[in-house]
Amino acid sequence: MSTETRTPEKAARVRPRWWNRLPVLQQLRQSVGLQRGMLVVGLVITSVFVLVAIFAPFVAPYGYNQLRGPDGLFGAQQPPGPDHLLGTTVGGYDVLSRVIWGAQTALLVILVAIVLSVFIGIALGLLSGYIGGWFDRVTIVIADAIYAFPSLLLAIVAAIVISGGQSSLWGGILAAAISITVVFIPQYLRVVRAEVVRVKSEAFVESARVIGASNRRIMFRHVLRNSTRTLPLVITLNSSEAILTLAGLGFLGFGIEPSAAAEWGYDLNKSLSDVTSGIWWTSIFPGLAIVLVVLGITLVGESLNDLADPRLRARRKPAKTPAQAVAAEKPVAREEMGDVV
Amino acid sequence: MTTVTAPDAPPGATAGIRKARGGGFWRYLLVRFLLIFPTIFILVSLVFFLMRLTGDPITASLGDRLSPEQLAERIHAAGYDRPLFVQYLEYLANVFTGNFGSSISDGRPVTEILLTYGSATLELAIYALIVAFIVGIPLGMVAAYFRDRWGDAALRIFAILCYATPVFFAGLVLKLIFAVWLKALPVAGRASTRTELRLQQLDDPTGIYLIDAIRTGSSSAITDVLTHAVLPALALGLLTAGVFLRLVRTNVIGTLSRDYVDAARSRGVREYRLVRRHALKPALVPIITVIGLQIAMLLGGAVLTETTFEWKGLGFQLAEYLAKRDFVAVQGIVALLAVIVALTNFIVDLIAAILDPRVRY
Repeated sequence: MSTETRTPEKAARVRPRWWNRLPVLQQLRQSVGLQRGMLVVGLVITSVFVLVAIFAPFVAPYGYNQLRGPDGLFGAQQPPGPDHLLGTTVGGYDVLSRVIWGAQTALLVILVAIVLSVFIGIALGLLSGYIGGWFDRVTIVIADAIYAFPSLLLAIVAAIVISGGQSSLWGGILAAAISITVVFIPQYLRVVRAEVVRVKSEAFVESARVIGASNRRIMFRHVLRNSTRTLPLVITLNSSEAILTLAGLGFLGFGIEPSAAAEWGYDLNKSLSDVTSGIWWTSIFPGLAIVLVVLGITLVGESLNDLADPRLRARRKPAKTPAQAVAAEKPVAREEMGDVV
Repeated sequence: MTTVTAPDAPPGATAGIRKARGGGFWRYLLVRFLLIFPTIFILVSLVFFLMRLTGDPITASLGDRLSPEQLAERIHAAGYDRPLFVQYLEYLANVFTGNFGSSISDGRPVTEILLTYGSATLELAIYALIVAFIVGIPLGMVAAYFRDRWGDAALRIFAILCYATPVFFAGLVLKLIFAVWLKALPVAGRASTRTELRLQQLDDPTGIYLIDAIRTGSSSAITDVLTHAVLPALALGLLTAGVFLRLVRTNVIGTLSRDYVDAARSRGVREYRLVRRHALKPALVPIITVIGLQIAMLLGGAVLTETTFEWKGLGFQLAEYLAKRDFVAVQGIVALLAVIVALTNFIVDLIAAILDPRVRY
């Protein structure tokens, strides 16, 4: 969202350093006061999450499926103590270790889900927006139908298809990621398509066509490059949704077996009966892990959203109509309202 | 959007536009209504083909208990060995007549399961919406009024927390605090066994426990039903409350700086009334639109909430059938929920169109 008025050649010559053009850092410099505070807190939590996920083997005191230490079995439902800082679960695993390893599972699922849905979503959105006509209509009707569907239910159906329920580490991660992808594709499709339709009518696309550029060249070089500005925002918001969907699937028993990987939602499901007997450590810690990570990522996403929207960034120019306010709040909702007929 | 006709437009064009505007609402209504059918059709087909990709439902649910011959016999009896396309057509015809098949594990017709347990889910959803309104809308107005100050920041963090907390974790924490530690509220279920027995003795129970309890006229039954509903309603309601809070905040910020609000302020209208009347009312239209989108989220959340609190509704049943790998029942429940979502979205769009002419075009 640069407001530069330089000519393309000149802009190419005096491009800012690459780190200043990174999507998040640019916004960090743009932000002020409270907004900056929220963004920084979000970035800190998110980086801690990513670091813990990467270095889980070194950070965690035990393995995610370790049941015994040097002095025999851990024992089930041990309260927090020196040996097990956060206690042990009903299955006899170390809670702290499973919380840490759970970060790795969550990160893997997010990455696979986002990569898949970004690629498929962009491809479909580009085609749909660029070709238009019947293909566009049919795609949009299908995407809308899927978008209206309760996402958790769709993910459940997808999980049944992919894994039949139970699975190994990569099987489980892929199943969860693909289930989430199915839910996300319509969102990317919508966002990219809206941009493509906007960009398509710009003068530079027209000029490219007059010069005789091929459809493929126009699509990828001129339209796609200019249609991805809202993607970082959608990606952040979807990452947090991915964690929640993964946890929901795990909670319903569609997670990954405890011997294959650690998954927060699955652990929460197993702790359901503990709660009634007053055992709190098996549920509170994995739950807090989910809340913290989603909070962190959402703070980043919210701040990016506000910064990208001049109406929310600058105090003097608020939304003009309720419809525009919805648009500011939820870009996809606007498309839904605007493109129904 | 409503186009203002240019004064120099030819008379024919003006008439055409005027006619289109006059029929705008009905045309919008019709198009929007017709759009329900492809939506339902696509969802039902999607669910059918996805579920059938896994193989036939009988092997999925009974595969480890029956011999191959018995399995083949049952598959043949149920017609799962016919071409997929034939099964699909039959399924569509059944769905069209409201027949969603029978579950494999207990042989109950899915439609009956839906009628029995649907009311429990409806009751929970209504409670949750009430909580969401009571919490979300006033707090959203407060946040908008104190924009960019500490109150606003705290409320926004609260809203994000509401969203970031998985509904089942919120349920677990509430349960731990209020039911296990404070022992103030029941741990799970929709009512105590005694009340449930009493409600079953009614002639034709509605299945909505609060209504049934009121009909028995006993105050202890009413209290019992209500205390059981508090925690699930809070868990599910707070999830939605966060969304409402953010939405009201953004929209009221928009309306608060409009000229007519300034005009009202200079007339001496009190600040409270200013926010309540002048700023909130125009902000309600987008909120109604988003409620439509929330219904889907609410249903997904209800599945998890019901499992957490053993609230015997559709979501609880769905989780049970999922655990038993009874995919006919799952498919039926999911397909019905899809129909409900499509219908509510239509109703919500309709209300939005009645309230705000700008929505129709």
